[in-house]
Amino acid sequence: MITETLSSPGIESRHSMTRVFLKWGALAVLVAAALYLILALYAQREFVFAMLFLVLTASAVAVFVSKKLYAHRYIFPAIAGMGLFVIFPLMYTVGIGFTNYSASNLLSFQQVQENLLSRTYQSEAVRYDYQLFKTEEGYVFWLEGEHQNLTSTPVNLENGERSAPVLPVSGTPQGEPLSIREIIQLRGELSELTLITEDGRELSQASLRSFAAIHPQFTLHDNGSLTNNQTGVTYFPDQETGFYRDGDGNALSPGWTVNIGWDNYLKVVSDPSIRGPFFEIFVWTLSFAVATVIFTLALGLLLANLLQWDQIRGKGFYRTMLILPYAVPAFISILVFKGLFNQNFGEINLVLEGLFGIQPNWFSDPALARTMILIVNTWLGYPYMMLLCMGLLQAIPRDLYEASAMDGAGPVNNLFNITLPLIIKPLMPLLIASFAFNFNNFVLIALLTGGAPDIIGASTPAGTTDLLVSYTYRIAFQDSGQNFGLAAAIATAIFLVVGALSLINLKLSKIKV
Amino acid sequence: MAMVEPRSTKYRVLASHLGMLAFIAIILFPLLMVISISFRSGNFAAGSLLPENPSLEHWYLALGIPYTGEDGVTTQPPFPVLLWLWNSIKIAVVSAVLILALSTTSAYAFARMRFAGKGFVLKSMLIFQMFPPVLSLVALYALFDQIGNHVSWLGLNTHGAVIVASLGGMALHIWTIKGYFDSIDRSLEEAAIVDGATTWQAFRYILLPLSVPILVVVFILAFIMTIMEYPMASVLLVDTDKLTLAVGAQQYLYEQNYLWGDFAAAAVLSGLPITVIFLYCQKWIVGGLTAGGVKG
Repeated sequence: MITETLSSPGIESRHSMTRVFLKWGALAVLVAAALYLILALYAQREFVFAMLFLVLTASAVAVFVSKKLYAHRYIFPAIAGMGLFVIFPLMYTVGIGFTNYSASNLLSFQQVQENLLSRTYQSEAVRYDYQLFKTEEGYVFWLEGEHQNLTSTPVNLENGERSAPVLPVSGTPQGEPLSIREIIQLRGELSELTLITEDGRELSQASLRSFAAIHPQFTLHDNGSLTNNQTGVTYFPDQETGFYRDGDGNALSPGWTVNIGWDNYLKVVSDPSIRGPFFEIFVWTLSFAVATVIFTLALGLLLANLLQWDQIRGKGFYRTMLILPYAVPAFISILVFKGLFNQNFGEINLVLEGLFGIQPNWFSDPALARTMILIVNTWLGYPYMMLLCMGLLQAIPRDLYEASAMDGAGPVNNLFNITLPLIIKPLMPLLIASFAFNFNNFVLIALLTGGAPDIIGASTPAGTTDLLVSYTYRIAFQDSGQNFGLAAAIATAIFLVVGALSLINLKLSKIKV
Repeated sequence: MAMVEPRSTKYRVLASHLGMLAFIAIILFPLLMVISISFRSGNFAAGSLLPENPSLEHWYLALGIPYTGEDGVTTQPPFPVLLWLWNSIKIAVVSAVLILALSTTSAYAFARMRFAGKGFVLKSMLIFQMFPPVLSLVALYALFDQIGNHVSWLGLNTHGAVIVASLGGMALHIWTIKGYFDSIDRSLEEAAIVDGATTWQAFRYILLPLSVPILVVVFILAFIMTIMEYPMASVLLVDTDKLTLAVGAQQYLYEQNYLWGDFAAAAVLSGLPITVIFLYCQKWIVGGLTAGGVKG
C-alpha cells in the first residue's frame, strides 16, 4: 500500500497541494469558531472559561503549525481532552472551595446588580381604571385617572404589539366596552403590554380592571449603594459576604460569589453541625475502604488458590461462575441488591424470616446498613482480586511448595510463608488502587442506600453510610442550599488523599516510561 | 503434579468442591432470584425460585408493550427502557470510537517518538486517572453550562456532553495501547520510513494492522465503561427520554413507586447483553482491567 501511494509523484504533489489547502482551511475554521466562543465568554465576563479556551486554542495552533512539535500533534487531542475534562475541573473545584458559591450566591456581582436594577414595582399613587374597546384597527384603551383621562391609539394585541402611547383626552368613550370575560381571555397579552404616557411614564396592568405606573425598584448611587424606591431603605454592597446589606445588616437576595478564603475549611473544623458528621463519615469511609480491600482480597486469594490447585477438576466452569458478579454491570447488580434487601418485600428477609424468624431493618439501622454495604461490595469486588491473584500465583515456582510439603507444612503454613510474601510486592500497588477506588466508591452508595439512614443533628445532608464523595455530592446537588463552596472544599481534601495515594503507587510500582 | 501427596488430599479435594459449589450457589442467588422475579406477576409477589404461575407481564412492559392482565386492566410501560438502552448504546459506541481514535494516535507517539516532557506526561496521566470525576462534578456542570450557552449540542442535558466528558478517562487506554505497541518490533516501520514513508503512513499502514487485537479490547473496554458510567450522566442528563440506562434504572426502586417486578425484567433485559459480551471477551478484557485497576 505504501508503494502505491509513493509510485506517482505528480499525483502525490497535487494531492499534497489540496491537502495543504484543506489543512489550513480546517485550521482557520476551527480557530474562528474558537475565537467566537472565547469572545462570547469574555463578553459575558466568564473570564475563567474564556482563559481556558484561549489556552486550548493557542496550544492547538502552536502544535499544528510548528514543525518542531510534530510528535505533539499525535498526543494533543488526548491531552487536551484530559486537560479540559479532568485537570481543569479539578483546579476549578479547588478554586470554588475558597468561595461562597452556593444557591444563594450563584451570580457574579454585575449580574446581581443588573438583576436588582431591572426589578420594578407598581405605584400605588398613579393608578388608572380602564375599559377596553374593540375597533376595526385594534383594541383601544380608555384609562380613567383621578386628575385626567387617557386614551390609546389602536393596539393590535393579537399580532403581538406590546406597547402603545396614551394621550390625555376629555369626554366619554364611544361604544360598548369589552366584558370582563373577554378581558380575561386577553389576559396573557394584557399582562405583557406597556402603555407609555406623554411624559415617558410607563404603565402596566395592575389588576383586571386597572393599570398603574411602573417604577424601578432600586436606584444606583455613585458610591455603589442602592436605594429601594418603595421603602426608602439604602443598601450597601458587602464584598466580604457577597450581599447588599442595609444599616441593620439585612441582606438583599440574590447574593453574588465572593472569595471567602479558608472559611469553608474552617467551617468543617469548627462548626459542630458539620464537624461531627464529617468526622463520622471520614472514619466510615476509611474503614469501608480498608474492610473492602481485606474482605475481597481474602476471598479472592482463597478462591484463586483453590482454582490453581492441580487436583481440582472443572476449573473453566468454576472460573466462569466465580467471575459472574464482575461481568454483570454494577449499576444493575447494586439495584438488584437494593431490592433483595428491602425490609418488607425483599427476598433476603423472606429467607431470614423463614429460617430464623427475623426481619432485619437493612436500610434504617446504621450498623445493619453498613454491614449490607460491605456484603454487597465484597460480592462486587472479589472476582477482581481473584483474577489478580490467579495471575500472580502462576508466577510462583512450584518447587517451593514441593519443598515445603517435604517438610510437612500444611496449606496455612504455605499461605503465610510462601504465597503471601511472594505476591505482596506486586500486589501492593493494585491494593492501593483498589483502596483509592473504594474510598471514592460513589456509585455503590448512591444506588444502594443514598447515604441513608441520616445522621441526626447535621446541618447539611449527611448519612451514616455516606462516603466522603457521596457526602460532597449531596451537599452540592441534593441539598436545597446547594453549598458548592463547602462541597468543593471537602472535594479538595479528598483530592489530596487521592493524590498522595497515587504518588505512593507510582513509587511502588516502579513504572518505566 | 506434586510428588508428595498427604493422605488427606482426597477429602480436601472433595471439601473444596463442595465449598466452591456452596459459595457459587450463594453468589448466584441474587442473579437467579432477579430472573425468577421478572416472571412473577405483580410487583410485590413473594414466592419460590421457580415461579408457581409464570407471567410475562413485566417482560411486555420492559419491551415497551402495554400489558393487559387477566382482570382486563391495561398497564402502560412505566419507563422507556428500550430508549434508555438505545441512548446508552449510542453514547457508548460514539465515545468508544472517539476514545479509540484519540488514544491510538497518542499511544503511537508515546511508544515511538521522542519529545520533550514525554515521561512527565505519561506519569501525570497515571496520577490524574485516579481522581474520580464525581469530585469535580460541580466544575464539569459549570463547564458544560457555559459551553451549552454557545454550542447547544454540547450543553447540559445533551448526549454530546456525556460523550465528550467520557474522553477525560482516556489515560488508561493510552497506557494499554502503548504497552502493546512497545511489544511490537519497530524494525518494520523503520524500514518503511527509510523507503520514504511518512511517520503517519508507517503508523497507518504498518503498525495499525498489526494491532487489531488490542484495538478491539480497548474498544470493548471503553464501551463497557461508558455504559456503566453513572455520576456524570446523572448530573448532565435531566429529561426522562434522554437518560442512559445506568441513570434511569434506579427510578424503578423509589420508595413511593416501588416496581420490583418491572425492574427485574428491565434489569435482565439490559444486563444480559452486557454480561454476555463481558464473559465472551473476558480473556482479553481481564488483562486490560487488571493492569489498570478500574473496577472495584
